[in-house]
Amino acid sequence: MKLNALERAMRAGELGRAPQIALEHQSKVGEFFGAADFVEVTQAHVMADTESLGESGVAWLESLAREDGGRARVRVATITDPRGTDFAKAGVLKQAGWMLQLERRAIDALVRLGVSMTDTCINYQTIQAPTQGESVAFGDTGVVIYANSVCGARSNYEGGPSALAAGLTGRTPRYGFHLDSQRRATLRVKVTSIPKSLNDWGALGGVIGRLAGNYWAVPFIEGLEDSRPGSDALKHFGAAMASFGSVAMFQLPGITPDADAGKLRVAHRVGQAEVKALQQRYSPDGEIDVVVFSAPQLSLYELRALAELCDGKRFVKPLLAVTSPQVKPDADRFGFTRRIEDAGGHVLAGMCFYQSYAREIAEANGWKRLATNSAKMVNILGGYGYAPVLASMERCVEAAESGRLK
Amino acid sequence: MKKLVFRQAMGARVRGEALVAHDGFSARYDLDRTAGKFSRPTHKLAGQSYAGKILVLDTAKGGVASAWMLREMAARGVVPLALVFNSVNPILVQGAAFADITMLAGFDGDITANVPHRAVVEIDPQKRLLRLL
Repeated sequence: MKLNALERAMRAGELGRAPQIALEHQSKVGEFFGAADFVEVTQAHVMADTESLGESGVAWLESLAREDGGRARVRVATITDPRGTDFAKAGVLKQAGWMLQLERRAIDALVRLGVSMTDTCINYQTIQAPTQGESVAFGDTGVVIYANSVCGARSNYEGGPSALAAGLTGRTPRYGFHLDSQRRATLRVKVTSIPKSLNDWGALGGVIGRLAGNYWAVPFIEGLEDSRPGSDALKHFGAAMASFGSVAMFQLPGITPDADAGKLRVAHRVGQAEVKALQQRYSPDGEIDVVVFSAPQLSLYELRALAELCDGKRFVKPLLAVTSPQVKPDADRFGFTRRIEDAGGHVLAGMCFYQSYAREIAEANGWKRLATNSAKMVNILGGYGYAPVLASMERCVEAAESGRLK
Repeated sequence: MKKLVFRQAMGARVRGEALVAHDGFSARYDLDRTAGKFSRPTHKLAGQSYAGKILVLDTAKGGVASAWMLREMAARGVVPLALVFNSVNPILVQGAAFADITMLAGFDGDITANVPHRAVVEIDPQKRLLRLL
């Protein structure tokens, strides 16, 4: 890879050992993908929950924070994805003490490196949305697909070590979605039915994700021009598409800057039948153990809608609603938290359910049948031993009240 | 000896038994990392142990967590010996680079149709080759 003077100095260790380690890692990845050079980034977003890091990852973070006499710092704004707990609600989840201890060690190391603990996967709603053409290094698949497809920004999936490396060097290898050539549509999909609920938007994203099937595919999606989805719908749509298909960018006419199908012919038609087929794969009726709204974290408006559904109800099953630390104080101020918790639910902040030792908390609480409106989450939780159920927010709330999904 | 050529490679030369399936791979979605087995019920390798095996799969799926998880799996010694894909997303590449795991990707055709399940293979990243032994 071609390096400029600053990058050569980093690689030689002239700016310290931490940026040298970071640039060496980034060079390995860049060379694998044939990157010609680096591109400067304005923001980095680091996924670093300890269920993923484990003891070895936390120890690595701590050793990095000790480099350069403990003076190693990120060069650009660097923020975090959800953590593995909400310390205030760890008892509700029955998380073990060692999990919280590991989280505290990871937080301490990240803070020493100058990372801002925003703990959110909806930073495009709550921190700062990137702008068209802005190069960033984002580390959550849902955040990346939203940034590329809705904001017109440029990011690859950056796993925790690579996003942190980008924070430390202020750059990332120029490959994938930093290149114009990778951002062109590769697959044309015609949607024949406009989704209604967030669950429908997520399921549609999941169907298209499966059709696209890999990271390098860019589906051009027509038929939704009059749908006016809004940020929350696009959040569920993109997060599910990324989850089911590893897709990092879609093109939606009227939303995505410069969306263009070129000469592509329609390869797939997706209607209500396909969306329902995906939903029904995760929707057996019957008893449920827990209701979870998470993945992605809920916006203030989703919490408002949930609070309205909770009014006058009394839950017999646990209901967990997970949001960001930026949204939670407003949910408290506006009374949404109280209304949800008066019904017996819990509002948690700064974590994401599946990133919070999902297997262990399932065993500790006896949770198996989990109801949610998140298509992304049902796709993930099968691997953690759950039997996830996908339903609308309304049906999930009713299930928390009756103990059964009807 | 059959030789299969790839466009992308990293890591050290390794030899071992291949687990082959036309399916995806995500450390978060698909694995019980404690038991060292594929755990997503719908995965074509569900129930099979991956430790010390060369995984030959279609593509990398989903979450960014795999980048950390591969290193954590390597630290516990319950990790695939190598990863071979038709195509790969950046997360697995970043994770393999971070964990020093051998990887091949970028095969013209379907690699999962060219390597028999449980075949013994050798991977030579310098030459970007997979050899069926």
